[in-house]
Amino acid sequence: MAKPQDFNTHVTPTWCPGCGNFGLWQGFKESLSELGLEPHQIAMVFDIGCCGNGVNWHNLYGFHSLHGRTVPVAEAIKMANHNLKVIAASGDGGGYGEGGNHFLHGCRMNFDITLLIHNNQIYGLTTGQASPTTDTGMETKTTPSGQLEQPFHPLQVAIPQGASFVARTFAGDIKHCKEIFKQAIEHKGFSLVDVLQPCITWNKVNTFQWYKERIYKLEDENWNTKDKDAALIKAGEWGEKIPIGVLYVGDQSSYESQLPQIKDKSLVEQGVTSGDISEFLEEFK
Amino acid sequence: MPKNSNIFTLKIGGEAGQGQQVAGLTFAKACARGGLYTYDYSEYPSRIRGGLVTYQISVGPEPVYAAYYDVNLMICLSKLSFDHCKNELVSGAVVFYDSDKFKIEQSELPKDKNIKLYPLPLATIVKEATLKPITTNSIAIGAVAAMLDFNIELLNSMMRDIFASKGKEVIDMNIKAIKTGFDYATQNSNPKEFKYDLKTKPEKSAKGGPASGGKDKVVITANEAVVLGSIAAGCKFMSAYPMTPASSILHYAAKWAERSGMIVKQPEDEISAIHMAIGAGYAGVRSMTCTSGGGFALMAEGVALAALTETPVVIAESQRPGPATGLPTWGGQEDLRFIANVGHGDFIRIVLAPGDAKEAMFLTPWAFNLAEKYQVPVVILLDKFISEGHESVDELVTTNVKIDRGKILTQEQLDKIKDYKRYELTADGISSRAFPGMKGGVHIANSDEHDEHGFTIEAFDAEMRIKQQDRRYKKLPSIIKELPKPRFYGSKSAKTTLIGWGSVKGAVLEAMKALPADKFNFIHFTAVAPIDAEEVKKLIKGSKKLWLIESNKTGQFGDLLKENLNIEFDNKILKYTGIPFFPEELIEKLK
Ligand SMILES: Cc1ncc(C[n+]2csc(CCOP(=O)(O)OP(=O)(O)O)c2C)c(N)n1
Ligand code: SF4
Ligand SMILES: [Mg+2]
Repeated sequence: MAKPQDFNTHVTPTWCPGCGNFGLWQGFKESLSELGLEPHQIAMVFDIGCCGNGVNWHNLYGFHSLHGRTVPVAEAIKMANHNLKVIAASGDGGGYGEGGNHFLHGCRMNFDITLLIHNNQIYGLTTGQASPTTDTGMETKTTPSGQLEQPFHPLQVAIPQGASFVARTFAGDIKHCKEIFKQAIEHKGFSLVDVLQPCITWNKVNTFQWYKERIYKLEDENWNTKDKDAALIKAGEWGEKIPIGVLYVGDQSSYESQLPQIKDKSLVEQGVTSGDISEFLEEFK
Repeated sequence: MPKNSNIFTLKIGGEAGQGQQVAGLTFAKACARGGLYTYDYSEYPSRIRGGLVTYQISVGPEPVYAAYYDVNLMICLSKLSFDHCKNELVSGAVVFYDSDKFKIEQSELPKDKNIKLYPLPLATIVKEATLKPITTNSIAIGAVAAMLDFNIELLNSMMRDIFASKGKEVIDMNIKAIKTGFDYATQNSNPKEFKYDLKTKPEKSAKGGPASGGKDKVVITANEAVVLGSIAAGCKFMSAYPMTPASSILHYAAKWAERSGMIVKQPEDEISAIHMAIGAGYAGVRSMTCTSGGGFALMAEGVALAALTETPVVIAESQRPGPATGLPTWGGQEDLRFIANVGHGDFIRIVLAPGDAKEAMFLTPWAFNLAEKYQVPVVILLDKFISEGHESVDELVTTNVKIDRGKILTQEQLDKIKDYKRYELTADGISSRAFPGMKGGVHIANSDEHDEHGFTIEAFDAEMRIKQQDRRYKKLPSIIKELPKPRFYGSKSAKTTLIGWGSVKGAVLEAMKALPADKFNFIHFTAVAPIDAEEVKKLIKGSKKLWLIESNKTGQFGDLLKENLNIEFDNKILKYTGIPFFPEELIEKLK
């Protein structure tokens, strides 16, 4: 069985020392190990950004996509080979901004993939511009007088939009990350995990301390993950108190599980052979 | 048949939603079943009801490669269609018009052409024969058959096939409608006087009764051929967003998906479409997408992603005139320069441009082989004229599609490799692929420049950057060797050499039939990027004069050739009306 460190490559992470990504990463590797997964069984699509740079130290089939383009690549990998565990990882910029349309529709298509958003409420790799989740009023390089916009509420979008697993966790709590990731990866459908991930370099507001003072765990309150309406309201809670944990789990069928083309075998297992077109030619006679 | 030409052209004009295209296609197939050859062309606006829609079809006893401009027989279902098309009517032409809806005065006809005008009161005919209005088109086709002394049984057999799922009642009603139209035209016009007949073969069946023809031909567009070609190539995945004139690729693939085993997905946008195709290709299946110019603009970044990750992907792009939304339902060849340079950075772009459905059929598997063998994006470049123009061709080749996936590792081979390198620096520039799920093949497919394993590098390691970029370009000479060669038509000693690509082929070949062999010869390109400069030099060596023919304003392919070969053109025939070249206008220009 693969141990968490088996998911390391020889590359030393280039994240800033103390970055929230480290805790997230540790929790992630532990979840893979505890699920009994091997590196070759996982296809993981990475965005561009600090999150995306992680592709270099994740020992698994990594696809380093373009900025904002993780979800469609992951969806297609799942359609082509549904035996794989397919995961997409993105920053808040790539996942909710540049890839916003894919996010919106990925929820309702409900492929069996897991989307991990390293949400640091800032553009990390491009040195600290405002992101879709930057809070109103926050000063960043591109909003020196304070952000004028309302922040994007990913969980509150994902639930009505059809995502069948919607959760939030905190990079400062490795164990919580691990537990949530395990459930998300095991869930058969589109699983969104929004990870509160402090960027210690560019986001001086939403720090470890800031999150710690606000978060509370839904599992401590016996939260009913089947209550969609309640989940939608809960998902909007942001500010003084921030809930983490699994907000909502739906039971809609995943997209690819309904495809007759791959009922018996994945497309990859079917191999590439010349298809017989004679029956289709009849239509043109 | 007229003495000077063996081509007959029928045109049906009306409003959008009146079913001219369906009626026309029925007639086309009936002709093909009777051993004749057809080529059709339809004009329609970007709206669903009303406006002006025309369908025209040229028919002959030999293969017809393009629709003709001159109209011999016209059915007008709206006044607008008559007003718009009357100048296309040639001497001796016949016009039927729906006299229950509008009137055409004799004085409105072009002078000195001896054109005959006959009312065809469709609603009245429907009522008197106790038919349903939905059979109007069958009545019209019946009238056409009467004028041409056309074997009506071929039309009846079409009705039996088209309405097979609708049951006997519908079939019988349409067969009756054809007969009604036939009889009406026979009694109320003068078919004997009309100098065109369409002799079909065999005229009698083995038992002596009327023959229902053979089914040895297919009436098909390039879009349909691309779908068939992709199935034959073993493509199992298509993701695409609708856009005229590419949409029918998506429609046919979707319609057949459960039978062909292809997964066909319409995603949220073209950006997603190409990234899905790339994702499927990376996972190990043959995949494609299709779009028109506007959608391809959105796909540009994905083409570059495929290039650096070296993921095979096939993109069918059917052009319409731009820029921007342009002329959505019309045609042209305006995207070539964009596509030949699409995406940021230096990388090899392969662009194949079939000239007709037959070429689309065999170039599609070719595109998949090139994409997989060289691990590059390949564009199949079409346009509205061939994407929507039906051509009747002798049976398409359905077997013998050779699949070459290039360097792909099996699990056994991978087991023997100690240190698998996805981007290994090989002599031929091609490194072996392993697919996710395979043991021992873990690597990074990286959109960042990378080392042999796929790990991101910086230009601090400039040497590796150079090696990887040079490795990818090592594929170029082999790719050029494997591209379809330009084809030479006509006599070596002709005075002028015409150079063209893609859809201009049909009209040029038709013009060639009409002109003496020493007027011009023709070099037709189906691989438009990269350009095989040596091959072109060889081909134009003996040419006295070079003329360029393209459906765009600037002569885009001519410029690409100039860049590669430093040649000048003596003349350029450029058309950018959104309408295809007609043989007649080329004959005029080239004679
Ligand atoms: C198409 C495109 N636009 C812009 C960029 C530049 N860029 C790289 S990462 C990034 C944003 C990073 O923010 P986020 O997605 O939140 O990831 P983080 O670095 O915070 O983990 C941007 C704008 C790019 N690589 N590609
Ligand atoms: S910039 Fe921020 S998010 Fe990026 S590595 Fe540094 S601390 Fe982490
Ligand atoms: Mg971020």
